[in-house]
Amino acid sequence: MSHAATSTMTARVASGRRSGSLTRTNVRLGERVAEALLLLAAVSSVAITVGIVGVLVFESVSFFRHVPLLDFLTQREWTPLFADAKFGIAPLVAGTLVTTLVALLLAVPVGTVVSMWLSEYAPRRVREWVKPALELLSAVPTVVYGYFALLLVIPALQWIASKVFSYDLPGSNMLGAGLVMGVMIVPYVASLSEDAMRSVPQNLREGAYAMGATRMQTAWKVVFPASISGVTAAYILAISRALGETMVVAIAAGNRPTLTANPLQPAQTITAFIVQVSLGDQQHGSIGYQSIFAAGLTLMLMTLVFNIAGFYLRRRFREAY
Amino acid sequence: MTGPTQATMDLVARRRRADGLFACAGAVLVVLCLGVLVLLVGDLVRDASARLHWSFLTNYPSRKPEQAGILSPFVGTLLVMLVTGCTAIPLGIAAGTYLEEYARKNWLTNIIEINIANLAGVPSIIWGLMALGLFIYGFEKWFGDPGDEVFGLGRSILTAGLTLGLLVLPIVIVATRESIRAIPQGIREASFACGASRLETVRHHVLPYSLPGVLTGCIIAMSRAIGETAPLVTIGALSYVAFLPPVPGSVVKDIDGNVMGHAGLFDWLHSGFTVLPIQMFNWVSRPDTRFQANAAAAGLVLLTVTLLMNGVAIVLRNRMRRNIQW
Repeated sequence: MSHAATSTMTARVASGRRSGSLTRTNVRLGERVAEALLLLAAVSSVAITVGIVGVLVFESVSFFRHVPLLDFLTQREWTPLFADAKFGIAPLVAGTLVTTLVALLLAVPVGTVVSMWLSEYAPRRVREWVKPALELLSAVPTVVYGYFALLLVIPALQWIASKVFSYDLPGSNMLGAGLVMGVMIVPYVASLSEDAMRSVPQNLREGAYAMGATRMQTAWKVVFPASISGVTAAYILAISRALGETMVVAIAAGNRPTLTANPLQPAQTITAFIVQVSLGDQQHGSIGYQSIFAAGLTLMLMTLVFNIAGFYLRRRFREAY
Repeated sequence: MTGPTQATMDLVARRRRADGLFACAGAVLVVLCLGVLVLLVGDLVRDASARLHWSFLTNYPSRKPEQAGILSPFVGTLLVMLVTGCTAIPLGIAAGTYLEEYARKNWLTNIIEINIANLAGVPSIIWGLMALGLFIYGFEKWFGDPGDEVFGLGRSILTAGLTLGLLVLPIVIVATRESIRAIPQGIREASFACGASRLETVRHHVLPYSLPGVLTGCIIAMSRAIGETAPLVTIGALSYVAFLPPVPGSVVKDIDGNVMGHAGLFDWLHSGFTVLPIQMFNWVSRPDTRFQANAAAAGLVLLTVTLLMNGVAIVLRNRMRRNIQW
């Protein structure tokens, strides 16, 4: 093409007029069309966002025409499919927050220590093997984790509860689901935090070692604070993943909305509720159909709040080198 | 000056001990994490052992657990992935190329970039709600008569593939951008110096050189899409499918066996479907525990495919790092 363009140019200079099928304007046109198509592809991602927000808001508006917003926020029961329907979102939000908290209590400490070990202790060869292996752990489909939670982790917890604490643990509960979710997000925390820690300049470490610090002191008192911005980003991602995780809780957390903060109890999360309704046959436009969009919008807003908080935290703690 | 005091030496010894303990703790945690992966696979293999047989792959799901197989979910997964790939890969590469090679620094580019970062964090079930409200009911409401299913995409393979394609789009875009960014500016300048236009530079140099990275991203994206369950539950994937989508050109019969005509080239897109993770979910949540072996076997098939795809991606990435030196 470039050759043709050049010769056309020569021809134009020689003859003083346009000739040939592949003129400069044609080449330019092709370029323009290509650029326009690529731009369209990039803009389509914005259209998707508009679509998501539009659908959630549109259906939620219909929902709130039937259900007063005050009831939605203050009632303590969520039974939208019953004849005596109650529309308080609190039980679902509680279930979501409790499972998320259990997952984070496992994933944040373990992920941080693993990332520190990988970044500060592990020999290069070990790190090059372990990191991809951890990524495999995050590639396991969530429905498989759900199976794992229901049929291996919870029975194990039940056994421990009855033998050690003589406590009768329900066959599905938020503790088991949350722990498996925690295992699922450890790789995210570990991998992203390790990236952040490794990008801390080497001379900071050398400074610490020169002062006689051990590797552990360097890791906790120099590298960790210096990488806190990136590490926070990893924690925020972990929170988003845990809030939006669906299959593990739908399978293993029990499916009855319960307003409780006790992780040993079964409860339902926002995501599990959406799955439960979708499995049944809800008429388009019915209140049950609209309620999953209202629940979805709530989930979206919760995710958004944590992301915005994370954004400000990161800006507050950002260290520049 | 005298030597270090006893107190200092104690302090050093204590710090060293703490350091050693921490190193051990880190190593133990890493081993435990990897141990979970082994435990998971081991558990599935143990539970599935009774069902691991070729007939499991060639049978339809059934009410009898010992005869149930995954033929229709497996075919469903393949076809949905075909649509997903056809959506996410061209769109993602095009968008990534635009943002790296064409986009000027302006408000539109800013919006697109922030938007893609945010899309990657949207919970997967929300994508299902989007598809349900837009692809299934929204299109129908805006473009067609109410109740007439012509304009809505229905609960079909097409809807499922599009939904998952859009869901993994950010992964493909980010991978494309990263591998394009790794190409030195000199390559582009050399191409321009030879008289190539921007499009020619992209087609002949930028894209070919970034191909391994882009390919890795695509494989990761597809492996993510294969395991997605929640959005497909939301759009109403069937949980019991005892038929395969129509093969183009095959004879279509009605319930009484009368020939209705031949299936068109794209009829399979509108067919109802199920996929492997949905089938597994269905089997896990049945009260009849005999189906758990089937769930485990389906999970094992799913896990094998995902881990293989990720393994290929990792090997590809490592080879790329080793081979390319600018």
